Amino acid sequence: MSSNYIIEMNHISKHFGGVKALKDVQLNVARGEIHALIGENGAGKSTLMKILAGAYTKDEGTILIDGKEATVSTPKAMIDMGVSVIYQEFMLAPDLTVAENIFIDKLSHSSLFINWKDLKKRAKNQLEKIGFGHIDPNTKVGTLSVAYQQIVEICKCLAKDSKVLVFDEPTAVLTHSETEKLLKLIKKLKDDGVTIVYISHRLEELFKISDKITVLKDGDYVSTVKTNEISKEQLVTMMVGREIEQLFPDRKAVFGEEMLQVNNLHTKDVENVSFHLRKGEVLGFSGLVGSGRTETMRAIFGVDRKQSGDVIYCGEKVSIKNPKAAIKLGFGFLPEDRKKQGLLLEQSIRINTTLVSLKKNGYINHANEKTFVQSLLAQIATKYGSTEDNVNSLSGGNQQKVALAKWLAIDCKLVILDEPTRGVDVGAKTEIYKIINRLAENGIGVIIISSEMSEIIGMCDRAIVMREGVVTGELSKNELTENNLIKLAMGV
Amino acid sequence: MLAASKKFNLKEFVINNNTFIILVLLVIVSSILSDNFLTTMNLRNIALQQAGPILVAIGLLYVILAGGIDLSVGSVMAVGATLSAILITDIGLHFTTAIGLTVVVGMLFGLFTGVLVAYTGIQGFVASLATMTIARGVAFVITDGRPVKVESGTLDLLVSKDLFFPIIIITVALIILFASIQKYTGYGRKVVAIGSNETAVQLAGVRTKQYIMSTYALSASLAALAGVFIAARSSTGSATVGTGQELDAIAAVVIGGASLMGGRGFVLNTVAGALILGLIGNIMNLMAVPSYPQDIIKGVIIIAAVLLQIATSKKERTI
Repeated sequence: MSSNYIIEMNHISKHFGGVKALKDVQLNVARGEIHALIGENGAGKSTLMKILAGAYTKDEGTILIDGKEATVSTPKAMIDMGVSVIYQEFMLAPDLTVAENIFIDKLSHSSLFINWKDLKKRAKNQLEKIGFGHIDPNTKVGTLSVAYQQIVEICKCLAKDSKVLVFDEPTAVLTHSETEKLLKLIKKLKDDGVTIVYISHRLEELFKISDKITVLKDGDYVSTVKTNEISKEQLVTMMVGREIEQLFPDRKAVFGEEMLQVNNLHTKDVENVSFHLRKGEVLGFSGLVGSGRTETMRAIFGVDRKQSGDVIYCGEKVSIKNPKAAIKLGFGFLPEDRKKQGLLLEQSIRINTTLVSLKKNGYINHANEKTFVQSLLAQIATKYGSTEDNVNSLSGGNQQKVALAKWLAIDCKLVILDEPTRGVDVGAKTEIYKIINRLAENGIGVIIISSEMSEIIGMCDRAIVMREGVVTGELSKNELTENNLIKLAMGV
Repeated sequence: MLAASKKFNLKEFVINNNTFIILVLLVIVSSILSDNFLTTMNLRNIALQQAGPILVAIGLLYVILAGGIDLSVGSVMAVGATLSAILITDIGLHFTTAIGLTVVVGMLFGLFTGVLVAYTGIQGFVASLATMTIARGVAFVITDGRPVKVESGTLDLLVSKDLFFPIIIITVALIILFASIQKYTGYGRKVVAIGSNETAVQLAGVRTKQYIMSTYALSASLAALAGVFIAARSSTGSATVGTGQELDAIAAVVIGGASLMGGRGFVLNTVAGALILGLIGNIMNLMAVPSYPQDIIKGVIIIAAVLLQIATSKKERTI
């Protein structure tokens, strides 16, 4: 109780292989405050939080929780010290009930058998304590909405007597009204004496709830500031640490004829989506996660079923039933989750790069393939050891380049890039932007889905904004401002 | 510096060839344990005996590479053994036609499993369990439960010394064929890729379901041929052929270092895995170990081989 700080992380460094993830980073969180942690993708926030959660071991530095040094770094040890992390992907068992999930590690107090009545009562108490008494402890967690699952996750942490709750981008998956409720709950938790570490990309939220903000950039500690003593602009400058023009390379925008027209597209997730794209144009799709951007593109690419509506490509109505048909027309699609949807992580760079261009089932000449992959990857400045190395040995940025390269290997006329720079460091980002510009300059139609507004503004000639499955607006280049994007995305 | 790099190479070598090293060690140990081991007679017997299991293991490897599992191979072997015998003895077909037809029927069993897995969403384990039961039932029904004698001058030619043991020649040819398909063709590449990440392969424009289905068809075809081999060696087609062979085949694939999650494994390593299992049985027979303890020892050796496999294969490899 000697220290004012409940968390003192100092001189934390961490390397993965030869890649620096964190260097001499500090995070000092005072008792009972809401402390925001921000930084761009790849700034090291997640790594720092995983170290705090005991999921990663630090290379250097000290961690004091409530004045006591954390010497053992396992998730269990950190939970015992009072630190719980609520990840974006919940650690819940969907087929168990709310009550079972909350008390998963202490289903019964002492006896061998579970006292179901008592378990339910304890769960009910816990839910009521944070104002969610209307959730039935008997419900299976898998049937709850994402927002309620999050509440269960929070209860689970509180049931472990956690003194510190770490939220890793908790609102990324929530709707606007759910977000408001969660922010209210977080404030209430603070009033109850729980310390909160809050990671989010959404500056508005940070300014609403946080007391202090720590900024990280490229694995380095930048600064810790009081929220009421800083403006949004100052914060952004600290985060980016460079001029925005430098991040987004110039492009000579020359538009050709209209190549793609989508009319009144309906799927199970989106309604009445219409837009068009010209040759050489970079069209942005903005909006919150879950607004239907990805779903629209999946339907166009033939992954999801289209219920009604037309896709007109180069003046002809086309029916695209599967990705194979889309690729035949010259479409390329870089999915948002490169680990789950984009790459074969345990296969070689060569196999990954040639996955799309490998059309036939016949003979493969390994040597030719190798030369081809080498020249292709060299064009986009990919850093790798050998084409035979597994793709998961690469950094995020270079993995993304390989995922992109497999589409460059065929002659695409239209490429759809879903979150092309997610989890990619700043340097590689600019390189990916250069590749996108080159594609557009060669007359290829480019669609970028991005949750980063700066990316939409910096890269796109025009942007469509979606919200809850419908298009809420279209912004031309000179209308592209953060303000306009937020308004359309939030529906205000 | 030179020494260091040499040492590094040795380690790489061990990692990349651990299955083969286990096989060689086993051969050395066996030849020390029994004077009868390294005789032409014994080695020929091993080759003739293991031809079938090797083919079954290769077929199963393709299914496993694509992320599936096929439990029906043992039963399809029984269909292969009995059907070929019936077609020759009862129907009077020429034995080559009979073999061809038998393999086609085997493939149909595989297609059945494959369609269930690829297009109805039934898991491979369950679908092939059903096919396993059905195929065994079919083998008993068509033979009425009695072994069918195969006339001489037909299938027995497959094990004839004068023809240089066609079974062995066919098996070696098929090993080379399927090792090459995996390494040098788009088909093999796609099968492995599907086992690594089906979603990604689908998004790359591959109709993954067709490929998944084809692996089951391939596996069952090879199993049926393996059944024919057994009928050839024993001159009878019996419905009890191949009982438990699916487990030996899985063991062979695993000892060969393949991942049961799909996406990793090699034909030659699987062949080595099958030979390791075969050698263990052979040496115990030579040393007159009774049959029941043999199973216990075999189980222990499987675990030891796989542990060694895990210990030496920390590094991932790809084709």
